[in-house]
Amino acid sequence: MEENKGASSCSSHGCNHSNGGRGEKFLNPTPMLDELEKGPWPSFVSGFKNLAERTKKPMLRGVMDQLEYSYNTKMGYWKGGLVTVDGYGAGVITRYSMIKDKIPEAAEFHTMRIQPPPGLHYNTAMLREMCDIWEEYGSGMLTLHGQTGDIMLQGIDEANVQECFDKLNEKGWDLGGAGAGMRTAVSCAGPARCEQACYDNLELHLHALRHFVGQLHRPEWNYKIKFKFSACPNDCTNSIMRSDLAVIGTWKDAIQVEEAAVTEWIEEKGVDALVNQVINLCPTRAISLQDGGMKIDTRDCVRCMHCLNAMPKALSPGKERGVSLLMGGKNTLKVGVNMGSLIIPFMKMETEEDREKFMKLVEEIIDWWDDSGLDHERIGETIERVGLRQFLDGVGLDVDINQVSRPRDNPYFKAKY
Amino acid sequence: MGIVINGATIETDENGYLVNLEDWTEEIAGKLAEGEELDMSDEHWSLVKFLRDYYDEYQIAPAVKVLTKAIAAEKGIDKKEASEFLYGLFPKGPALQACKVAGLPKPTGCV
Repeated sequence: MEENKGASSCSSHGCNHSNGGRGEKFLNPTPMLDELEKGPWPSFVSGFKNLAERTKKPMLRGVMDQLEYSYNTKMGYWKGGLVTVDGYGAGVITRYSMIKDKIPEAAEFHTMRIQPPPGLHYNTAMLREMCDIWEEYGSGMLTLHGQTGDIMLQGIDEANVQECFDKLNEKGWDLGGAGAGMRTAVSCAGPARCEQACYDNLELHLHALRHFVGQLHRPEWNYKIKFKFSACPNDCTNSIMRSDLAVIGTWKDAIQVEEAAVTEWIEEKGVDALVNQVINLCPTRAISLQDGGMKIDTRDCVRCMHCLNAMPKALSPGKERGVSLLMGGKNTLKVGVNMGSLIIPFMKMETEEDREKFMKLVEEIIDWWDDSGLDHERIGETIERVGLRQFLDGVGLDVDINQVSRPRDNPYFKAKY
Repeated sequence: MGIVINGATIETDENGYLVNLEDWTEEIAGKLAEGEELDMSDEHWSLVKFLRDYYDEYQIAPAVKVLTKAIAAEKGIDKKEASEFLYGLFPKGPALQACKVAGLPKPTGCV
C-alpha cells in the first residue's frame, strides 16, 4: 500500500499495518481512493483502511470496493428500502447495494441514527459502551455527528439491526428520527458551558424530546419537522436556517453593561478599537461614544450579539430573558432555501409551566400543519402557501409588528434625531 | 422469490411484497402475515381491508397520517394513541408490514 500512495503524508497518522507482504493484504487495491489520502489533511480513506485492516470485516472491504467502482464509473450505487426495529417506524437508514452481484460484500450497509443527549454532553463510559456494541454488531464506523444531529452508526446488516438496537437500548441509547415525523433535535452547549445563554435550552430540548418521542419513532405527519435550540442569538446550532422550529434565546430589556470591565477593555485595547471594532460594526448604530466610554440605545438594538461577542466580560444579555420562536427554516427541495421568520417575538422560558405552555403551542402548530399541509410539505412552505394570516388564525396567535418579514426596511420609518 | 399456496407459486419481490397485486387473496394474506410473524386478529383484518379499499379508490397506499386519523376517528381515541395502537398491531410499522399483508406495493421514499 505504501507504494500506491506516492508522496502521501498520511503514513504519519497511523497507517501501521501489522501484516507485511502485499499478498496477505485484507483490502483489495483501490488506486482511485488512494488519491484521497494525499495532501496534508485527514483522510476518511485512511481511517477506513485502518478500521478494515484491524477488524477484518468483509463489509468494510466491500464498501471500499464499491466506492472505488463508483469513482471509476462516476455513479452511486446505494438504494433505499425499509428496515426498522420492533415498534419503531423510523431510525434506520437503509443502504442496499445496487451491484451486489458484482460486490457481494457491500450488499448491505445500513445506518442507525442514535440520539445524542442535549448539548452533546457525554461521559466517556457511555461512548466506550456504544463503540464496543457497534464494533460487535456493525462495521465499527461512526460519525459524530451527522447534519441531522444524530450519532450516525454506519454499516450494519439487516439481520443484526434488532439485536444491536436492543443492546444499545439496554445501555440507555435510543434511535433518532427519520421520515415524515419529528426529527432529532439539536441544541448548543447552552448554559452548561456558555455565558451568553439566555435560557436553559438543554432543559427545553429534553422536555421536547420526551414530549414528542412517539412522533419521532413513528412518523405520521406530512413531512419532517425539526427543532433546534440555540440559547442566544449567536445561534450556534444554525437553527434559523436548518430547522422548522428555531427556538432562540433572547432578552427584552437593555444589555447589561459592567462599567469597570468596559474601562478595562478600553485601557487594554484603546478607544480606536472600541470605535472601529465595536461601535462602527453595530448594524443598527445603537452604540455611541460617550465620555470616552460607550452608550447603548436599547431601542435600536436588534440583539445581533456583535458587541457582546467582542466584549464578553463587559457586556452581557439583559436580565429579562426568554426565547423567540422562528419558523420555516429549511434547505433546498421544492421551493428552495428558506430562513425562519419570526412567529413568537418573546416568551418566558424559566419554569416548568413555561415549558408546558410552549409544548402546547407547538402541538397546536403541528396540528394545524397536519390538517392544512400537503404531503411532503414543510411547515414553512405551508405557511407561505396559505399566508401568514391564515396560519396565525389557525393556531390562535396574535398578529405582531415583529412578524414583518424584513424588519428595519420600512421606508416610512421616521427615526428620531 | 415467491410463496406457495395450494401448489401454486405466487410471485413476490426481493422484500416479500406481491409482484402482481391482483394475486391477493385472504389465504395469501394469511401466508404473508405468517412470514411477518403476525398473529392476525379481527383488528388486523379490518386494517388490511381499510388499506385495500383505500388503494382501490386512490391507487396509492394511504399516508400514515391518514391511517392514524381514520383509526382515531373510528375508535374515538387521539392520534397519539392511534399511532401506538397501529404499531401494536404491526410492530415493524404499517408501511412495512400492513401494506405487505394487504398486498399493496412496497412504499417508496426515504422512510
